Amino acid sequence: MISFNARGAWSIYQRELMRAMRTAFQSILSPVLTTSLYFVVFGSVIGGRMEPIDGVDYGAFIIPGLLMLTLLGETTNNSSFGIYMPRFTGTIYELLSAPVGVTETLLGFVGAAATKGLILAAIILGTATLFVDYTIVHPFAAIGYIMLVTASFSLFGFILGIWADSFEKLGIIPLLILTPLTFLGGTFYSIDDLPGIWSTLAFANPIAFLVSGLRWTFYGISDVSIWVSLGLTFGFLAFCVGVIAYIFKTGWRLRE
Amino acid sequence: MSEPILQIEGLTKVYSGGTKALDGVDLEIRKGEIFALLGPNGAGKTTLIAAVCGLVRPTGGTITAFGHDLATDWRRARARIGLVPQELSTDMFETVFRAVSYSRGLFGLAPDKARIEEVLRSLSLWEKKDSQIRELSGGMKRRVLIAKALAHEPDLLFLDEPTAGVDVELRKGMWEQIGALRQRGTTIILTTHYIEEAELMADRVGIIRGGRILMVDDKDSIMQRMGTTEALIALAEPLNELPESIAAFPVTLSEDGCELCYRGGNGQGEGSAEVAALTKALIAAGIDYRTIDVRDSSLEDIFVDLVSEHEEEAA
Ligand SMILES: Nc1ncnc2c1ncn2[C@@H]1O[C@H](COP(=O)(O)OP(=O)(O)O)[C@@H](O)[C@H]1O
Ligand SMILES: [Mg+2]
Repeated sequence: MISFNARGAWSIYQRELMRAMRTAFQSILSPVLTTSLYFVVFGSVIGGRMEPIDGVDYGAFIIPGLLMLTLLGETTNNSSFGIYMPRFTGTIYELLSAPVGVTETLLGFVGAAATKGLILAAIILGTATLFVDYTIVHPFAAIGYIMLVTASFSLFGFILGIWADSFEKLGIIPLLILTPLTFLGGTFYSIDDLPGIWSTLAFANPIAFLVSGLRWTFYGISDVSIWVSLGLTFGFLAFCVGVIAYIFKTGWRLRE
Repeated sequence: MSEPILQIEGLTKVYSGGTKALDGVDLEIRKGEIFALLGPNGAGKTTLIAAVCGLVRPTGGTITAFGHDLATDWRRARARIGLVPQELSTDMFETVFRAVSYSRGLFGLAPDKARIEEVLRSLSLWEKKDSQIRELSGGMKRRVLIAKALAHEPDLLFLDEPTAGVDVELRKGMWEQIGALRQRGTTIILTTHYIEEAELMADRVGIIRGGRILMVDDKDSIMQRMGTTEALIALAEPLNELPESIAAFPVTLSEDGCELCYRGGNGQGEGSAEVAALTKALIAAGIDYRTIDVRDSSLEDIFVDLVSEHEEEAA
């Protein structure tokens, strides 16, 4: 029976990882550099004058948020590029003519994104140890949550990469929506500490729930219950899967 | 009669812009043959291939490959089909070997280095196995695409304009490779607008234009049915009238009476024999001539005739 092409999914997975390896220098150096800069500025310079938040040192407090900032950006960009480029250059013909369906394609792409996300997280956390002392309270939950978030945002990037019909469009959503929302998502402060209306408004930002969730896995503290964060992330994941299943079913922007 | 490997019925494709690229195409491809789809640019050749290979969604009609309906049982069908696209689209930064290995895996086969080596060697790419594809020449890139399409050992191979933009020498190499594939039992559908290519390679030829198949037949019988021999005989002295012995041949006399034009035969040598008989009859009738220019009409002439006929019909 060929109802699922496991080798096909595996090939896509391997190739996506290979693609990252080709630009390994850049994929590693850029997050290491960015994170270091954040730690120097926010962690050491500003952080030195900050009170601990909920009993966590300010330098350590911002780690989950910074991690989220880089993970969301890198994963979305990487994944949107991963599908946009083959469309742009025409090499997508091979994927479309192969005996692989939406399941194999997503497993390959998303699995690779989750793997890359974990590697990236390890690099960032490694860099962070150079600047601050911290211990992760729920390490397995942290790994699971990082994988869940990268999987979700690689799906999101996948949708962007199919939707975009120009390089401008490809970059616009991460630039105009993702980055601002992540910045305002409680990376650098606890949302509960925001005055009055701002605290309520901040919860309209879905990324705040992700940062809060990741911070819970790190330090056991959070702005909202971890279950709310988890529920929201799974909801987003399911939504993206639904959209992609629809795209494959109708062939939108993939098959004329 | 060999069994059909691919059956297309009533295939229609209207692009979102409203272009009707395919207009009720019926086609049957037999196992083991080389089928040439011949037609001018924009005829719908690429669209036809794309519909079979899953790159475009048909607007109507059915496609059955190896007995599997492509609308439902596409996994099984696609696993046995290979495609070499018209455009040279490759992952420029990938090495040749890895690109070809990837294709094999994507189509669900276990890695097999020996098999990939064999494919690369047969396409004279083995020396380049570790080169990035962007470093290769155009002809080599095209061969990489062929290697990728062959990596999963397809039973049915589509070659969309395999020799477009390929120089004469490489084109010959390509023909040899296509011939070798057929030897192995691979069924091949190629598109081309080089008529000589269809004439040289194909067992059967389908002529497509405006999204419709105008005719499909064995190449030989097309030649036989429509092939003619043409002879232009320049007479030494102008003639007013043809003697009976000459008028019995399918000939016409030019208005100034200086040139005799023969048109006949069946593309199988009958024409040239008749021209020989004609020259004897001319001498017997005491008519002298200066030159004879004989040529067989090619598939090209047939093609041009057929296409312009259809244009007149349409007008
Ligand atoms: N993606 C597309 N969108 C809209 N029209 C298309 C598309 N691809 C091809 N066409 C049109 O369909 C017709 C057939 O094109 P094609 O199949 O590429 O012909 P051929 O391969 O024989 O040159 C042409 O009129 C072409 O302009
Ligand atoms: Mg074409």
